Amino acid sequence: MNRPRPLQAGDQIPELRVTPDRFLTVRYAGASGDYNPIHIDEEFAKSVGLPGRILHGLYSMAQVARAQTEAGGGPASLRRLSVQFRGMGFPEQEIVVTGSVRETGERTAVVDAEAAQGDNRIIRNAEAELALP
Amino acid sequence: MPLKTDAVGKTWGPTVYAVGREKIKEYALAVGETNPLHLDHEAARAAGYADVVAPPMFAVVYSAPAMGPVIFDPDVAMNFAMMVHGGQEFVWGPLVVAGDEITTRVECKSIAARDGRGYYVFESVSRNQDGETVCTGTWTNIVRGVE
Repeated sequence: MNRPRPLQAGDQIPELRVTPDRFLTVRYAGASGDYNPIHIDEEFAKSVGLPGRILHGLYSMAQVARAQTEAGGGPASLRRLSVQFRGMGFPEQEIVVTGSVRETGERTAVVDAEAAQGDNRIIRNAEAELALP
Repeated sequence: MPLKTDAVGKTWGPTVYAVGREKIKEYALAVGETNPLHLDHEAARAAGYADVVAPPMFAVVYSAPAMGPVIFDPDVAMNFAMMVHGGQEFVWGPLVVAGDEITTRVECKSIAARDGRGYYVFESVSRNQDGETVCTGTWTNIVRGVE
């Protein structure tokens, strides 16, 4: 059976691109149980000084996770993920998740990743540990 | 406002979360998962799982009943208006599938002031019905305006 070449230090993982639609934050609120109005109520978000409704940080983290499981070959491949939340993410703007392999061990890889909307890096310093098949 | 650190070492839970097939699908669709393991129980069974598989980040769903009371605990006394979710780490064990019952306990690991901000660190440990640790979460909340 032909297998893709295993990840090696310096490799980029495949880029993940996703544009959360206008009502994504509402669906994610229901799915996750986080109904903080800064994510779902435009007027409330503006009343507390935000430009508008913002994405849930853990939704953005889930996009970073998805880039890893797609690179690693499935949900069991993601052993650890740590992120720092910095910039705010917004609906209706494309999120691009990128990552590069920092080091590999025996059947493991450590990936440095980030998520950005244009120049706005919404997740920085993400570090993932993958188990490789 | 000086930082109150009484809650360090305090524990919450356990809470029990019963993982349902439709909840996994709802979550998987919301975050854009396309892997049939998360969406189609027959595909999951054909791959050797008892039912649909939870995406790793579904940890936020089964941890939520345990984390909710922590954020609002008066011993923790976080100022929500000034709070942001600063960082998050998850370490995963065996995959969670529909039908599992996940028990979660939370502990306050540290509360510290640095550069006018309070850093609150909580650890959640989630185990399945067989006692296996399926996820350990480290949740860092940052509160501005502390001494």
